[in-house]
Amino acid sequence: MNEPGDGSWRRLSPRMLLVHPVIEIGRAIPAIAGVLLAGSGGSGSSLWAAAIALAVAGFGTLRYVTTRYSIGSAQIQLKHGIFRRRELSVPLDRVRTVDVTAHVLHRLLGIARVSIGTGTSDRKEGGDRLVLDGLTAQQATRLRSELLHRPAVPAAEGPATSGARSEPGDEQLVALDPRWLRYAPFTLTGALTGLAVLGVGWRVVSEGHVRLDRVSVLRDVVAWFERWSPLTDVLIGTAGVIAFVALASTAGYLLSFWHFVLSRNDAGSLHVSRGLLTTRATSIERRRLVGVELSEPMLLRWVGGARVLAVATGLRVGRGGERGGEMLLPPAPRAVAIDVAGQVSGRGAGGLQTVLPPHPRAALRRRLVRAELPALAVVAATAVVAGAGGWPGWTVLLAALLPIVAFALAVDRYRSLGHLLVDRALVVGAGSLVRTRTVLDTEAVIGWTLRSSWLQRRAGLVTLIATTAAGRQKYLVSDLAAAEAVGFADAATPGLLSEVLVGESPVQVVAPGARSGRASTS
Amino acid sequence: MGEVMPLEMRAPENRASSRAVRYWTVRALSGWVVALVVVITVATQAFPHQAAAVIGAAVLVAAVHVVVMPRWRFRVHRWEVTGTAVYTQAGWLRQERRIAPIVRIQTVDTERGPFEQLFGLSKVTITTASAAGPLKIHALDSATAELLALKLTDITSAAGADGT
Repeated sequence: MNEPGDGSWRRLSPRMLLVHPVIEIGRAIPAIAGVLLAGSGGSGSSLWAAAIALAVAGFGTLRYVTTRYSIGSAQIQLKHGIFRRRELSVPLDRVRTVDVTAHVLHRLLGIARVSIGTGTSDRKEGGDRLVLDGLTAQQATRLRSELLHRPAVPAAEGPATSGARSEPGDEQLVALDPRWLRYAPFTLTGALTGLAVLGVGWRVVSEGHVRLDRVSVLRDVVAWFERWSPLTDVLIGTAGVIAFVALASTAGYLLSFWHFVLSRNDAGSLHVSRGLLTTRATSIERRRLVGVELSEPMLLRWVGGARVLAVATGLRVGRGGERGGEMLLPPAPRAVAIDVAGQVSGRGAGGLQTVLPPHPRAALRRRLVRAELPALAVVAATAVVAGAGGWPGWTVLLAALLPIVAFALAVDRYRSLGHLLVDRALVVGAGSLVRTRTVLDTEAVIGWTLRSSWLQRRAGLVTLIATTAAGRQKYLVSDLAAAEAVGFADAATPGLLSEVLVGESPVQVVAPGARSGRASTS
Repeated sequence: MGEVMPLEMRAPENRASSRAVRYWTVRALSGWVVALVVVITVATQAFPHQAAAVIGAAVLVAAVHVVVMPRWRFRVHRWEVTGTAVYTQAGWLRQERRIAPIVRIQTVDTERGPFEQLFGLSKVTITTASAAGPLKIHALDSATAELLALKLTDITSAAGADGT
């Protein structure tokens, strides 16, 4: 009865009736806890809490009842909304990405959430992404393979696995190696977890009007800290924070990337599935994949790790990037990352490991000035305050470390700068705290911007920006020689600039040496 | 590595409207009036002794900005629609040249703010499939802007692709 493709309206799996209320109550827990804590003792407060829980559960049920979807031969439609009715429809030939997610509760009940992206239209948060929250795992898997194999392969009778497993016939490119867990502490995702825990704690405390100075455990901790000097306290605190972040990062890595598999099907679509409790499966259609990005956050780089992101239309890199599903490889050894990125882009390691020709020295000067000016300002301010007797002397010493760190950062930022054309791809290197190397098909470049500040023009530099409908939407080549920029852009996208070029007719230049594979050591 | 020929891009052909300088001047002035009121209030309250110097400095900066910025902008701001691309140049201290192929254009908007209406000017915004950086042509004569928008809409609807 639930065959997709016939275009009739139907409801999501009734098992969602169990999921919605639980999730909504989960969201309301801080509020409920607050109400309970605020009036501890009074029977009125527990009544209130029960009322909130009931309302929330009812809301979830309404949501289920008001949601209907239909999958026709040409489009998918979704009607939903309680107070404001909404209708979304996505033509099948516009589907660019299909994500299948299953939270713990979903998995227990054998259902999954299918999120269908259409590329440029899901620019805004939640924009026009069509989300079918609550298909059975089987339906989800079948729908995904139908959408991505269309029209060549008809709906095969998919095995009744959960939505997160790859299908037979797929070529597996890489799977998680448990040894990669050693990179987990260096990902710093645990810092975010820590902040989130603090946030929830703060909400409970503030909504429940908890008097922190009356909590005995906290009093004991404060008393314990007061036994030592401030410097020792700082050291102990720092060690504690580092230990927490490392542990939480490792837990986060496990939760996010356990069972990670990257595979490619016969149509060329990439398929990423991962997750320990919540499973996610993301598929990227072949023609949407226009590049790869090798990303090396500083800590990860120090221990020889790297990760790989897809540059694809319809998948935006950025805030909450990992959730966007464009992660093609979690933090892993750099050699593996380069191998995977090379396989995915079809260009091998070309451009990923190549030592890029350095940018002009003026670019280094700009980075030094920009790093050192604020650092020196902080040192001066600290010295003034300390001189006036406001702060102890060691704070000045501490501040004096800043210019040294700033210097190292500036030099490193300069060393990662670079640009090159390799095999009809634009290669861009940038960054220090997060060093990235992007390889982007020149065909995906849909415009250029040349930007120069007054200081840049005086230094003979310019920032060249390639705009694209994929990934970060723009890729910056910072501070390259002004004389070189136009020639480079013209070589990357022949014809686009030809009508506005001056001088002799443009000469098509291919950069040799681009295939040299010497490992970048910077 | 390969040598790349030192090519240059010529400036786009067309300038902004001749009323653009007055428009930018009035817009900058109106901004500075608000800023100066704030500066004067704060300075006379917080440090009455140095108030004259602070206000004087602010007025000087404002005067230089109001006189220099519009003229500098007018020299920089240019635009052109070639057979295959839209090409703009804008800015003053920080300058930008943008070029996008006509086949990639997704939307063309004309917009007239209150100050623009005062001088009969319009701003044309041209977006492509990339969320980064639409092309904007500032301070165009409204009639020119209408014509430009019509022309671009015609060309793009003829091209027909989805622009990604």
